[in-house]
Amino acid sequence: MNYSIIRYILGWVLTLESIFMLLPCVVAVIYQESAGYSFLIVALICFVLGTLIIRKKPKNQVYFAREGFVTVALSWIVMSFFGALPFVINGDIPNVINALFEVISGFTTTGASILTDVEALNRCSLFWRSFTHWIGGMGVFVFLLAILPMAGGYNMHLMRAESPGPSVGKLVPRVKDTAKILYLIYIVMTVIEIILLLAAGMPVFDSFTTAFGTAGTGGFGVKNSSMADYSAQIQWIVTIFMILFGVNFNAYYILLGRHKGNVFKMEELRWYFGIIAVSIGIITFNISGMFENIFTSLRHSAFQVASIITTTGFATTDFDQWPQLSKTLLVILMFIGACAGSTGGGIKVSRIVILFKTVKQEMGYFVHPRSVKVIKMDDKALDKDTVRSVSAFLVTYVIIFGVSMTILAFDNLDMTSNFTAIAATFNNIGPGLELVGPTGNFSMFSPLAKCVLMFDMLAGRLELYPVLLLFTPSVWKRK
Amino acid sequence: MRIIIVGCGKVGRTIAEQLSEENHDIAVIDPNGVAIHDVTNNFDVMGVVGNGASYNVQMEAGIENADILVAVTGSDELNLLCCLIAKKAGDCSTIARVRNPMYNKEINFIKEELGLSMTINPEFAAATEISRVLRFPSAIKIDTFAKGKVELLEFIINEDSMLHDISVADVTKKVKSDVLICAVKRGDEVVIPNGSFMLKENDVVSIVASPLNSGSFFRQIGVQTHQVHNAMIVGGGTIAYYLSEILLAMGIDVTIIEKDRERCEQLSELLPNAVIINGDATNQDILIEEGIEHCESFVSLTGIDEGNIFLSLFARNRSKAKIVTKINRISFDDIIHTFNLGSLICPKFITAEYIVRYVRAMQNTIGSNVETLYRIADSDAEALEFKIRENTPLVGIPLEELSLKDHLLIACVSRNRKIIIPNGKTQIAVGDTVIVVTTQKGLQDIKDILKK
Repeated sequence: MNYSIIRYILGWVLTLESIFMLLPCVVAVIYQESAGYSFLIVALICFVLGTLIIRKKPKNQVYFAREGFVTVALSWIVMSFFGALPFVINGDIPNVINALFEVISGFTTTGASILTDVEALNRCSLFWRSFTHWIGGMGVFVFLLAILPMAGGYNMHLMRAESPGPSVGKLVPRVKDTAKILYLIYIVMTVIEIILLLAAGMPVFDSFTTAFGTAGTGGFGVKNSSMADYSAQIQWIVTIFMILFGVNFNAYYILLGRHKGNVFKMEELRWYFGIIAVSIGIITFNISGMFENIFTSLRHSAFQVASIITTTGFATTDFDQWPQLSKTLLVILMFIGACAGSTGGGIKVSRIVILFKTVKQEMGYFVHPRSVKVIKMDDKALDKDTVRSVSAFLVTYVIIFGVSMTILAFDNLDMTSNFTAIAATFNNIGPGLELVGPTGNFSMFSPLAKCVLMFDMLAGRLELYPVLLLFTPSVWKRK
Repeated sequence: MRIIIVGCGKVGRTIAEQLSEENHDIAVIDPNGVAIHDVTNNFDVMGVVGNGASYNVQMEAGIENADILVAVTGSDELNLLCCLIAKKAGDCSTIARVRNPMYNKEINFIKEELGLSMTINPEFAAATEISRVLRFPSAIKIDTFAKGKVELLEFIINEDSMLHDISVADVTKKVKSDVLICAVKRGDEVVIPNGSFMLKENDVVSIVASPLNSGSFFRQIGVQTHQVHNAMIVGGGTIAYYLSEILLAMGIDVTIIEKDRERCEQLSELLPNAVIINGDATNQDILIEEGIEHCESFVSLTGIDEGNIFLSLFARNRSKAKIVTKINRISFDDIIHTFNLGSLICPKFITAEYIVRYVRAMQNTIGSNVETLYRIADSDAEALEFKIRENTPLVGIPLEELSLKDHLLIACVSRNRKIIIPNGKTQIAVGDTVIVVTTQKGLQDIKDILKK
């Protein structure tokens, strides 16, 4: 283990966070809130700590996947810890565990809240809550890699640990340029959404926070009713942008004409849009009796489907009241998740597709025991390692899910709430069903259960292994 | 620059490593996923798994915007095909490793017709490096340019040199060798000398010469080159053949010891002037019988690294010869260096080094008509390579009648792979490659060397 490089990168993460934290300070100045001081204090602490750490450059800048994974997981924990401090200091969320839960939920773009009354919060706190979505969506390391004065191919280990998907590739030869392109697309799309929301008549503060929530596929709203009180027009804009942010960002790079490829032939995208269209169709039909006309039910079903599959977690209506079929469909969508290489969470469409193909291959072996069949994706043979790691991912996923379920059962809540609470946090969605439904929240869980859910959120966002590695003793051995 | 490297072996890897550190955008192509994985994990490069000669794979690696494609797979044919497709797909410069001696004889035709910018033959490059080691003491600095065809030798005039206090024009008269003094560094100043320039003590003189002439030049001006007079080569592979050819042409006696009888016969056919010994060189008696104790240089070129190391150790013990050891795998090079085996030669690294040097030279020329640009004499002067196309005003005029700019010199003309060291009567023809040495920076076109 190269400990000094981990320390050095952690220093950079802290410095970066201190800069990000100046934004809520600005908001506090605009709305003349005294709570802004808490952000300024923590920003200063982070800045001093961070710059002190990075003053000493490590001699050995060589590191491998192991260090990359551990650094990313540690950074997310450190970042969440300091991100939670302002809430505790300014008294918006006095309980440390609750504040941590809220911020981890923010950074991991989950959107699950322990707050019973969101509107009571200071504006600057609300802004920070939503802004953590935006940072966590594309990833703090992708940002860091775009500006970090560290050359070398080793940085790919960081990117690989943070970016979602079965196989993380580069858009262009350099990690730095790839990171810049990703963030540029991300920023431009966010700005477009803000402008559209403003044009649709949304208040300035709300459009910013909503855009951050959509871009990171987070789902923290600034209203207790989430998105329900906004106009139909705004809801449609948010629906479309949620779907757009759930798309693999490689597709946008190809659309910009900078890279060879045909977006319409990307297998993952076809599945993604296919699943969305079918789900919207079924649910619209299923809930049509509950609303005055078919357009309203289409709007609500489209919004909820987009919100759940992209793992955003906004809601325009209490889907907990919907018929069983619709609710079941939504729960299934929770697990599928968005595309690889997007800002969304979940298992990812591409993994699901690969898993289905593995099943098909397995069935083929029963029919023709000696047949040889290669699993292909986008017309290219997938290497065995990818297929194997996807299967291993699913197994790990199920194990963590099972263990979390067991621990949550100590709280003696009903099965549906427990199950969907884990599904909603592990897949970084936010609301589940019953107690944790769109109108509920996570405040009734015991501290232990909250810790488990926090672990699930981090594990879900970083795709399991970085967080699991933290608990593997052999990783920490000096070599 | 955007560079695509096809083939992720030792050479491809070394090139990718060096060039990515020099801030080029690198994409590597190899059918072996593991090799790609390894390279992309260690260096900041993009990897594409696939056949490098496939149009689609090249497109995926970004051939449309690429500046250079380097094909260094193990197969000559595949390398050439990669370059051919890249040329059509992306209109970029192409570099291919071509090692088959058969193709090497026709390399000019291949290069011209397939539009290759550079071909490199690892064995030939290694042989050239070895011959250089054998010819000169370390006091003479050697730079190569024009893709290794031309040598630039740098040496200091000391007080007992005959070049002391004579003009450049007289040097050419006194010395009957085809060399050209192209730059003189006196103090901090670099001068491109004309005929009347007086050479002084402590001047650092750069001369351009073809490998054959430089030796005799130094002999005539009285610089001790410690050039060896005989060489014992163990192992009769391709490098040995190329090396013998170079050494024999310079009048150095060559003894080759080779195990395989048939190969010996081939070699004696190819190299009638060399002494070919059929025998196992690991047998000390044979080495002693062939006079290892008195030979002036010993080159171990067998295919087995360990064998080479032991042979060289033995030669070091038994003689005072200059020793050159060929090593294929340099995984333990720092250990091997402690053995004091003389010069270590690794053909793969030399290949990579040549290509990297060429890429650097190309990078210097972006936005101009210069083919390549090399910085010489501690970067104070430039050697520029121009290709002469139709309608160039210089064609067909003897050089003495051209009014060239000051501080500028046409140092050599390459015609059909032959090097001509020009004199006043030389005329430039279409299709030649001309190397201009100058201290004036910023020349864009061959026309710029003329006075306005």
